[in-house]
Amino acid sequence: MAGAKSHDYHILPPSIWPFIGSMSALVMASGGIMWMHKAAFGGYVFFAGLIGVLFTMFSWWSDVIREAHAGDHTPVVQLHLRYGMILFIASEVMFFVGWFWAWFDFSLFPVALELKDGATSIIEGPNSITHAAGIWPPKGLEVIDAFHLPLLNTLLLLCSGTTVTWAHHALLHGDRDGLKKGLWLTIILGAVFTSVQAYEYMHAPFPFKGINYGAAFFMATGFHGFHVLIGTIFLIVCLIRAYKGHFTPQQHFGFEAAAWYWHFVDVVWLFLFVVVYVWGGWGAPVHG
Amino acid sequence: MSDITATASHFQAHEDHGHHDADHKPAFFQRWFMSTNHKDIGTLYLIFAIVAGIIGGAISGLMRAELAEPGIQYLQVWTKLMGGAPDFDTALHMWNVLITAHGLIMVFFMVMPAIIGGFGNWFVPIMIGAPDMAFPRMNNISFWLLIPAFSLLLGSAFFSGGTGHGAGTGWTVYAPLSTSGSAGASVDMAILSLHLAGASSILGAVNFITTIFNMRAPGMTLHKMPLFVWSVLVTAFLLLLSLPVLAAAITMLLTDRNFGTTFYDASGGGDPVLYQHLFWFFGHPEVYIMILPGFGIISQIVSTFSKKPVFGYLGMAYAMVAIGVVGFVVWAHHMFTTGMSVDTKMYFTAATMVIAVPTGIKIFSWIATMWGGSITFKTPMLWAIGFIFLFTVGGVTGVVLANGGVDNYMHDTYYVVAHFHYVLSLGAVFSLFAAFYYWFGKMTGRMYNEFLGQVHFWLFFVGVNVLFFPMHFLGLDGMPRRIPDYPDAFQHWNSIATHGYEIMAFSMIFFFINVFWSMFAGKKAEGNYWGEGATTLEWTLSSPPPYHQFEQLPHIGDDHSH
Repeated sequence: MAGAKSHDYHILPPSIWPFIGSMSALVMASGGIMWMHKAAFGGYVFFAGLIGVLFTMFSWWSDVIREAHAGDHTPVVQLHLRYGMILFIASEVMFFVGWFWAWFDFSLFPVALELKDGATSIIEGPNSITHAAGIWPPKGLEVIDAFHLPLLNTLLLLCSGTTVTWAHHALLHGDRDGLKKGLWLTIILGAVFTSVQAYEYMHAPFPFKGINYGAAFFMATGFHGFHVLIGTIFLIVCLIRAYKGHFTPQQHFGFEAAAWYWHFVDVVWLFLFVVVYVWGGWGAPVHG
Repeated sequence: MSDITATASHFQAHEDHGHHDADHKPAFFQRWFMSTNHKDIGTLYLIFAIVAGIIGGAISGLMRAELAEPGIQYLQVWTKLMGGAPDFDTALHMWNVLITAHGLIMVFFMVMPAIIGGFGNWFVPIMIGAPDMAFPRMNNISFWLLIPAFSLLLGSAFFSGGTGHGAGTGWTVYAPLSTSGSAGASVDMAILSLHLAGASSILGAVNFITTIFNMRAPGMTLHKMPLFVWSVLVTAFLLLLSLPVLAAAITMLLTDRNFGTTFYDASGGGDPVLYQHLFWFFGHPEVYIMILPGFGIISQIVSTFSKKPVFGYLGMAYAMVAIGVVGFVVWAHHMFTTGMSVDTKMYFTAATMVIAVPTGIKIFSWIATMWGGSITFKTPMLWAIGFIFLFTVGGVTGVVLANGGVDNYMHDTYYVVAHFHYVLSLGAVFSLFAAFYYWFGKMTGRMYNEFLGQVHFWLFFVGVNVLFFPMHFLGLDGMPRRIPDYPDAFQHWNSIATHGYEIMAFSMIFFFINVFWSMFAGKKAEGNYWGEGATTLEWTLSSPPPYHQFEQLPHIGDDHSH
């Protein structure tokens, strides 16, 4: 078997990043637990681990980019990367299924719950713990007006879906200037979305703690927001790479993966908007 | 995939680094800590699984010692050894810690790493004629994430879990026991251990699916793939789609425990049964994740030692696909006693029984493969036939338990414990031993000792049956699981079960002697030491295979059998 290989798969040299990344994950998890239990230096340990994880990501993906430029990403290896990204997004979809499941459990099988002066209580009555007397959203809870800032956010994200497509088409036609403009706009729209979301959280009329509505609302939209942040960073990396002259009209999977991811967070938002903001708050008093 | 004309020039440049000399191995640290080689990573997984299996198996020994007689014998002693308070409640908590650790270790750190990470890594690329996995570097982080995961789980034994030290939630981590019922860091450590193990498996699943879809050798169509590869493909999809739901579920546990949310807390409108739904939406596919690769292994072995192609190859492949698909819509049969409606119970009863159909196809096809074959009863074949026999027993009790009405009486009894140990300890574990003996020569280059292997098999077979079969009787008589004490009436079968454990543990001595003796002094293994029955691609290579196999991709002809 010895001799030159005649296939175009990518046989990699040894790499330290998986080992360092895993050990950093251990430090981060341990620090997180220490922090949650108010042990001394917990936060510091957590951030030390986080820095290790981020450093691993940066170094690992830098290696991937170097390998791409060295010509290791043959057509079949590019196909691997496509499969890998699609499958990763599929697993992310299932992660959100878990949060939507919680939301539907609470909203379709509600209990008789009342929110008064920030405190939650069960409304006493013959059927108080059966779903027959349930109310959704809980009594006394004011919801965020779906057709105010959330609708604006929907438009921002939909618009950003078009600008990232503009960037893609510009790239395909060798229009580097259009690529940068499209990416800039997408990143700005994403950042505005995140800012609006942060504003909305700060002025939310219901608490995170102590009530199912708040828990499911903030964790579902919060994990979405976290994914928007990741997607924005991914797009920023693409913009930096665009300025450095990376990507050709033929080979630019890093950009495509970022665009796929961006469309994924966009679609999750559409479901959140319809299910959580519009349907989930239907008929409830609106805040403000 | 057959397009190999693209960029021949840059491969020449790589020759200078010497990476593509087929048998060039990196230095020790690079080879074992920075690996990008599917066979080395598979070996790491197997060593890890054996270590975890020893720990998990020792814990079940502690459990059988305590259960040998009525009353509490040892728990307080062990609690003191672990530095805990010697009172009765802490001792009972110790029991919960043992059953939790045994379950989590055997599922996440023994069976899954061995069968998917170990044998999957070793043989899926070879069987499809690929030089390595699609993402060789990501392959390594799948392994290394298990180290922090296992460390966190083992470490959790030394931190407060509420009543005493350690996480005593059961492997299902049900709320509210795992939330308001378990103060202290221990359960948080167990939860983050599952997060890390889950990330490891998701990345592994992405890797296997991509490898199998994209890296098959020219001519290796999906319908020519060995059944072991099919089984890993279906398993990888189950992992990919079920584990993220578990991640969400246990993240909610984490926020309920530490950040004041009320996902599972009824006083804030939460729903503890929501946790059970989310958990079992993962947990049921999980049991197929543990058994499907075993199905694949058994198919290879039965075919090899019957010197016949597998009977009904396509039916076998699509039976696994069907089990995988239907396996996603039967989860609530684990929750029949949570107060669900009769209609819901009827649906989940019926859907669960449907799975018996593809499973029956598999059992009968294995028998039909042996039928009229020229059978040799070497150690791997003994384990495979043992698997077919014992998995069928576990499958039949599974059909019994599938009935929502019957399960009202069986739920949380030792009948359930007997059932899932017949499909896992006598199913998945038998397939693991079968695979280990089948491929030992291929992986190490030396043959195992046939006599020691057969002694191991027969002692183990007798031991686990004496251990687990009486649990059916105990369960039918109403002995509840997860309780360290029982009325005197249950003593007889419990003491017999403990003797069964002793026989099983004794058999493992032969296993370890065999492994160490054969690794250094065993007969040198030929490329195809099983002869004409072994037709898959690993038997076309030397034993052990070159460090990088298939530098020239093999071509699969039309006449290639499975």
